[in-house]
Amino acid sequence: MKVDESTVKHLADLSDFRLNDDEVKRLGGDLENIIKYISQLDELDTSDVEPTYQVFEMENVWRGDEILPQDANREDLLNLTVETIDNQIKVPKVL
Amino acid sequence: MKIADKKTTATKLVKTALEKAKKYADYNIFTFIDEEGALARAKEIDAAIARGEKVGKLAGVPYALKDNFLSPRGETTASAHILQGFKSPVTATAVAKLEAEGAIMIGRTNLDAFAHGSSTENSYFGPTHNAVDFERVAGGSSGGSAVAVALDIVEFATGTDTGGSIRQPASFNGVYGLKPTYGCISRYGVVAMASSTDCIGFFSKTPEDMDLLMSVASGQDAKDMTTLPDYYNPTDARTGNSEASSLAPVVTGLASSIAPVVANASELPVRRIGVIKEFDNESVDADIKKALKEKCEALKKKGYEIVELEMPALKYALAAYYIIVPAEVASNLSRYDGVRYGFRSEKSDNLEDLYLNTRSEGFMPENKRRIMIGNFVLSSGFYDAYFLKAAKARTLIVQEYEKAFKKCDFILTPVSPNPAFKLGEKVNDPVAMYLEDLMSVSLNLAGVPGLAIPAGKTDAGLPIGLQLVGPRRSDKNLIEFSKELE
Repeated sequence: MKVDESTVKHLADLSDFRLNDDEVKRLGGDLENIIKYISQLDELDTSDVEPTYQVFEMENVWRGDEILPQDANREDLLNLTVETIDNQIKVPKVL
Repeated sequence: MKIADKKTTATKLVKTALEKAKKYADYNIFTFIDEEGALARAKEIDAAIARGEKVGKLAGVPYALKDNFLSPRGETTASAHILQGFKSPVTATAVAKLEAEGAIMIGRTNLDAFAHGSSTENSYFGPTHNAVDFERVAGGSSGGSAVAVALDIVEFATGTDTGGSIRQPASFNGVYGLKPTYGCISRYGVVAMASSTDCIGFFSKTPEDMDLLMSVASGQDAKDMTTLPDYYNPTDARTGNSEASSLAPVVTGLASSIAPVVANASELPVRRIGVIKEFDNESVDADIKKALKEKCEALKKKGYEIVELEMPALKYALAAYYIIVPAEVASNLSRYDGVRYGFRSEKSDNLEDLYLNTRSEGFMPENKRRIMIGNFVLSSGFYDAYFLKAAKARTLIVQEYEKAFKKCDFILTPVSPNPAFKLGEKVNDPVAMYLEDLMSVSLNLAGVPGLAIPAGKTDAGLPIGLQLVGPRRSDKNLIEFSKELE
């Protein structure tokens, strides 16, 4: 599969980052090589095979529906951000 | 690892470790060194011993923490720019358990940013150097931890293994490295990479130390719903600990296949050791093949049977891995946006720009590659051909291991096709770098444990590692059996 510039930009868009021209060029080539490698799965016969999404042995783990103490309080968590106002995280304008 | 004989003190051990860490500063092993904190904790332990109080199993033992474990001591960066400045208010369960037994963290170790890599060259802080050959890579992603143990700076170090990130650097530097059964150790407070394969484990110098670390760190955790009821410590498994008792797990059929846990090698039910036919090919370094053959001969002499296994689906494990893992990476790394913690780009005048700029500036090229591949294989039009196909291939890989463990008790294979390569050699060729993971990733897809053991050196003097692979929950026996290969 050919990974052209518009595909790279589309994937960057889905990934929520921007790429400069140099990155578009380099990553495009890299992605093409990676996709070529992973495409070898085509030759594997998987008809009648169910997918596996996880290998944990349990189906369900139940716990009581109760509020437990948390490891970090609101102040601890708000201290992690750059700027707060009235106990809320401040970010640049939305529009 | 104990300071039981009173010939040394925690303070002496910690001071020595800190001196060595400084001596080897050129290797770029640590992202943070906690001199003050480590010495303060050592003093507390020495005082407790002097008062005749009971101290933990790891009292005064200096260790290194891979920098993707959360703890309030120093910033947790995962060697990624986007997490710089993040000082966690919470402590990972594994860290809490080690420190409750008196282990003392002297520093945080370097890794490929977000554990994406096989050489530690993808770190925002630059590469870590190999313990044996300074011109070569440490392996990765847990390169700093492996070198810290190999250079004898610390007694042990923590690691994470999503596709080989403990076993491969362990083998590149000549130490033991364990990737336990999926779900054995709580991942609460560890930076997530790929949730269906991520495992926590250790680097150690001996199997005995590994066993001790596992007995401390393993077990069910109410804060991580993907932890198994404790099977590693037989007494705990019978009585159940307080945390575990609040959970009521529904166990499916697999649990019935729990291997019996025995105390010493002479009682081990192990008779047959498998070798994988498909891994005996030209792409594998001749010295590594020779080391494997020698270990097999030694086992034969001890009365073990060597069984040749055909596992054709393993050929597709790497392709399946580099679909499934990037998909989970794309999802797990979508949370980094500069809003709540870590790095925030300064030049944004609206919220959309803040997200985009923070992620553009904050991720390393390999992070971007994996996120983009993940979004590609999950995107409409490609999902069935890639993600679903890989999930089906994963079923075949799981089944292949189940079949293999009917024919043998453990499998012995190389960890990677080559010994440590030169710094810079593969950094511009992502596929060549991925191929280094060829023999390690299938274990993570199947959830089975693997122990990397030192197995001599190449003619050029580079460490060789082999891995012992067992069925799920065979971790303890695997460690015990590795003594047969010393």
